[in-house]
Amino acid sequence: MGIELGVLKIERKILEKNDEIAHSIRGLFKEHNIFTLNLVSSPGSGKTSIVEKTIKECKEKFRIAVIEGDIQTDLDARRIDASGIPVVQIITHGACHLEANLIRDSIKNINMKEVDLIIIENVGNLVCPSGYDLGEDHKVVIVSTTEGDDKPLKYPAMFRNSSVLIINKIDLLPHLHSSIEELEKNALAINPSLTIFKTSCVSGDGINEWCNWLLSKMKKQ
Amino acid sequence: MHELSVAQNIISIIQEYINEDQKSTVKTIRVKIGKLANILTDSLIFGFEVLTKDTYLEGANLEIEHLPVRIRCEACGEETTIENFLFLCSVCHSSKVKVLSGYELMVSEIELTD
Repeated sequence: MGIELGVLKIERKILEKNDEIAHSIRGLFKEHNIFTLNLVSSPGSGKTSIVEKTIKECKEKFRIAVIEGDIQTDLDARRIDASGIPVVQIITHGACHLEANLIRDSIKNINMKEVDLIIIENVGNLVCPSGYDLGEDHKVVIVSTTEGDDKPLKYPAMFRNSSVLIINKIDLLPHLHSSIEELEKNALAINPSLTIFKTSCVSGDGINEWCNWLLSKMKKQ
Repeated sequence: MHELSVAQNIISIIQEYINEDQKSTVKTIRVKIGKLANILTDSLIFGFEVLTKDTYLEGANLEIEHLPVRIRCEACGEETTIENFLFLCSVCHSSKVKVLSGYELMVSEIELTD
C-alpha cells in the first residue's frame, strides 16, 4: 500500500502470526486424527502428575505423546520419559508461556502417524498462556485445592478461555479452609460451560472419570 | 511478562508498513487492548521502549485504548458492559452470553510526521 503522511488505519491483530501458525498446526493434527490438550495452571498445581496418571491409565487404549514446556530444566520431561512414551522438551529460557511456533517446531520430533493424543504441558502461569492458541482441541485449566477457592475470580481470562477444569489435590481438602463448592461456583460464574473433574494424583480419585471423558471425546473425533 | 513478546509483535507489524529508509517518522502507534487480553500497560510500554531503543522507532508514542468487556445475552438480547468478569446478563441474569468485545489486542493506527 502507498504511504501518505498522516494516519494509517491498519486494524491488525497483534498475535495474528501466532493465530496463523496455530491454525495450520490444528489442520495438521486433524489430518493425522490427533487429539490435543493444552494444560495450563499456576506452578505446582500438579500438571505433570495429571499427565503421568493419564499416561498410566490410558496408554494401553491410545498412543500418547507429550510436549513439556518449562522455563528451565528438563526435570518434567524426564518424569514423562520414565513412563516410556515420546516426550519433547521445550525450554523457554525465561519466557512465561508457550507460543504456536514452538509447538510447530517441536512436533517435528514426533512421529504424527504413531500418535492419537498429544498433551502439551504449558509453562506454569495463569496469566500469559491464556491468549496464545497452540492449535489444541481443549484448553484444560488445573487448579489445586491449596491455591484457594477464589482463583477463578482472580484469573478470569484463563477460566473463560478453557473448556475443562480439573480441581486437583482433593485428598488435601480435610486440611484446608478453602471450599471446593465455592471454587466450582466461582469457576462456573466465569464460564458456565466448563466441564469439571475433581482429582487426586495421590489417591487416584477422579482420574478414571477424567480419562473416560478423554476417551469419549477422542472416539467422537 | 508476555508484554515483551507482544511489544515485539507490534514492532514487526509496524515494520511491514514503515521502514527506516522512509523519510517520515512514526509519531504515534495506537493500540486497542481488551480487558480480557491480560496486558499490563506499563510493562507493554516499557517493553516497547526497550526494544525500540537506538532504532528508527525510538521515541514513538504507544497510545493505548482500553476496551471494556461487552456481552450479549442469548436469552433476552440485552447488551451489557461487565466490570467484575461475571458473565451474567444484567437484566435476566442468564449465563448464556456471547462476549462481544474484551479480547482485542490490535494495532489500529500508525500516525506519521515529516
